Amino acid sequence: MQNGNTDHIWQLLNTIPDPEIPVISIIELGVIRDITFSERSYTILITPTYSGCPAVKSFTDDIRKCLKENGIRNFKLKLVYSPAWTTEWMSDATKKKLKKYGIAPPSNTVICPQCNSKNVELISEFGATACKSMYKCLDCLEPFEFFKCI
Amino acid sequence: MNNLLQYTLRIADSSLILGQRMSEWCSKGPSLEEDIAMSNIALDLFGQANGFYEYASELDGSKSADDLAFKRNEREFFNRQLLEQENGNFGTTTVRNFLHDAFNFLFYTELSFSKDETLAALAAKSLKEVKYHLRHSSNWLIRLGDGTKESNLKVQEALNFLWQYTGELFEMDDIDNKILALEIGVDNKKLKDKWNEIINSTIEKAKLNRPEDGYMATGSRKGIHTEHLGFILAEMQFLPRAYPDAKW
Repeated sequence: MQNGNTDHIWQLLNTIPDPEIPVISIIELGVIRDITFSERSYTILITPTYSGCPAVKSFTDDIRKCLKENGIRNFKLKLVYSPAWTTEWMSDATKKKLKKYGIAPPSNTVICPQCNSKNVELISEFGATACKSMYKCLDCLEPFEFFKCI
Repeated sequence: MNNLLQYTLRIADSSLILGQRMSEWCSKGPSLEEDIAMSNIALDLFGQANGFYEYASELDGSKSADDLAFKRNEREFFNRQLLEQENGNFGTTTVRNFLHDAFNFLFYTELSFSKDETLAALAAKSLKEVKYHLRHSSNWLIRLGDGTKESNLKVQEALNFLWQYTGELFEMDDIDNKILALEIGVDNKKLKDKWNEIINSTIEKAKLNRPEDGYMATGSRKGIHTEHLGFILAEMQFLPRAYPDAKW
């Protein structure tokens, strides 16, 4: 499978779940910026969501494993910082998956993923991972995480 | 040493040392949410430091990013002295971070226009995170300053003590000037007015008094530090120095 078919690589990587939010793939998260092929080798450009996100190490290991298991030996992973990752790259379909999973998707208005109320309160600017903050719904009283807009 | 390398190391060291200080709060935060918040900020800072160290390593050509972080001594570290100051109580940490977050926000905003593509990219990335840090420390400063008599006293004391380390932020030495002339670096002096605006408006909301400018500490650009840095390095560097080939 070293034929330069980058679409195939995109498809393979789309099967790798985000290590923290397994309902979306790393492609849907938007961290894979480009895949190119030259001199019989693939180059995969990766950008971190947050500079210190521990998930980067985890999903780069997953990428290596996935490609090797699928018979792809010649590739290199390259970390790029520009343009900086933004939640604007997330599609509406991906946002729907987040909401279904119980995480309020990035948006200018924070909406409770359980009861759709806008009557919510910030608990903390930081959540279990750098990309999320913590909220509480004042209508259904459920606490929830909000995927921060950056 | 090459000027660009030195300039990059100063930024990397500042992120690393503040990150190390923030990580000291892990498991000791005043509430679970704050514990998580401070650990997250530490992670952001380590991530930023790593990006700048990787670039410094490239410029250096022989030392790895880890070598730069773990195998240099106090006099070879160039972090801003403000950042090595002790965490103290939660109010002290809040004040230290607030004074620096306001500076860092302005610094990275400017550095994101650098002619050096790598520095510009790292700055743009870091800026997104520092905006959150500034919002976090500002909110706490206001809450503590405009809180109880006790909390107001504690943050005012911290502000009075830490003020002497703010002068250094805006200094320009020979390397700063040379890097600025190449349109790579930031004119720190020009950040002062905007910094004053952020500081003054937040201090006012927090019902605190801005300290008078008096003695200002200096020297980090030459590797001169307060007594605290040695202790930070002793803890941070112990493992990679004791077990140089350790891998995890």
